[in-house]
Amino acid sequence: MLYAALIAPFADFEFMRRALVGSFALAFGAPPIGVFLMLRRMSLIGDAMAHAILPGAAIGFLLAGLSLFALAAGGLIAGFLIAIGAGLIARATSLKEDASLAALFLVALALGVTIVSVKGSNIDLMHFLFGSVLAVDNPTLFLILGMTSVSLIVLALIWRPLVLECADPGFLRSVSRSGGPAHIAFLALVVMNLVGGFQALGTLLAVGIMMLPAVISRFWARDITGMIGVAVVAAAISGYAGLLVSYHADLPSGPAIILVAGVLYALSVVAGPVGGLIWLALPRRHLEA
Amino acid sequence: MPELRFHNLTLGYERHPAVHHLDGAVETGALVAVVGPNGAGKSTLFKGVVGALKPLAGSIERDGLDARDIAYLPQVPDIDRSFPINVYDMVAMGLWRVKGVFGGIGGKDHRIIEAAIAAVGLTGFERRTIGTLSGGQMQRMLFARLVVQDARVIVLDEPFTAIDAKTSADLLDLVRRWHSERRTVLVALHDIDLVKANFPKALLLAREPVAWGFTPEVLTAENLNKARRMCEAFDESAAACAVAAE
Repeated sequence: MLYAALIAPFADFEFMRRALVGSFALAFGAPPIGVFLMLRRMSLIGDAMAHAILPGAAIGFLLAGLSLFALAAGGLIAGFLIAIGAGLIARATSLKEDASLAALFLVALALGVTIVSVKGSNIDLMHFLFGSVLAVDNPTLFLILGMTSVSLIVLALIWRPLVLECADPGFLRSVSRSGGPAHIAFLALVVMNLVGGFQALGTLLAVGIMMLPAVISRFWARDITGMIGVAVVAAAISGYAGLLVSYHADLPSGPAIILVAGVLYALSVVAGPVGGLIWLALPRRHLEA
Repeated sequence: MPELRFHNLTLGYERHPAVHHLDGAVETGALVAVVGPNGAGKSTLFKGVVGALKPLAGSIERDGLDARDIAYLPQVPDIDRSFPINVYDMVAMGLWRVKGVFGGIGGKDHRIIEAAIAAVGLTGFERRTIGTLSGGQMQRMLFARLVVQDARVIVLDEPFTAIDAKTSADLLDLVRRWHSERRTVLVALHDIDLVKANFPKALLLAREPVAWGFTPEVLTAENLNKARRMCEAFDESAAACAVAAE
């Protein structure tokens, strides 16, 4: 009974197994990036970047159809261009980075939708926006796994400057030049994880597996290492449970995964031990010292 | 042997000078108070010293020292206090110039960090996140990081503002210790009595240098009055400065 509900779908169907591996891979790559985005008050930047990769993927689609390589390369190039462009405009003018990013990603989104509509059908557009985790094939799976591995390694390499750039950027500037390169590498990781997630979840929901676990983690851990651990676990649970829900209730899988993450988020807001509503409302006596 | 030498140094913003034609040298091991009214250019001078601001004219000689080897405590550090990092890790960041991005922190380093935390009286606070610190505790933590930095030149911008007497006294002891260790220390201050009691040398700034030398000769009533009369506002229609650049 329990086996039929929780394990059989994955034992019986290869596409479910592949989707699960893909979801777990995404769960290791994207949430740590999301934690840093959240701590830098850049939570919505992921959203903007996700829109930014659409025209690149669309141009790849225009040139090569639904080819994995073309879509990924197009998405990466467009994402990098817009991230670096926004950074450069912010440095060169009085515009802040979020404002220049907002301007660029909206243009990119309009351009992306236009390109897809001219060449493809509405079904293609749905695939771009919401992905199809159940249709993940082996090459896509390897791409996601590769991107996750690279992401984790790069994150380990830039960890120290990245943390210090968040906590005390002035001090980092006063002792080292590594802040700028670390920031750019970090933006590259954001783009890369979104392109990886986009294959499975689409441009709109890829951000969900990045940000929702990160926000959830804030309610369960006090230090950044703990947050990243919680975020990865939350994302993996969302992937597993989301796939099951989508299988049993015959719901679209991408949204199901993000909805499970949404339920975890709601639970965390209410019951999370670090600042959850219940703990705040509970009348507990203060300590002696 | 001077550690820092200013050659006809002008620093400022959008071509307006905030420090105007400063000449002089800071000897190795000197303990110098930089005094002047608000807007006199004290912070600007320090930003120039640590290389955060490029001179509009003139130059700063650092005796072979990289600007990043100078330990610097800004007046308002742009620390994100909500960031989940604890006191210990924050103090450990003082090792950056030695360890860089990848260097491991070993047993000897841990002893250095613990000693620095003890020196500022924050023992027991190691695992506290920085968001839970009071203003004075925060300043103590930043001084611990300066201790760990172990720099030859230390620049402190108004370090005792909004800090209570006890904390100021403790931190001032550290400044004296650095002086006794022959480090070069520059401190921006506005408490004249504190300067007279503790700092052998002083630079009185009012955009232009008013006086620079032994503290009793610099902080005379006449000089202080002169500094007070400084005009703070930039003149938007000011002509280009006529003093020849070298």
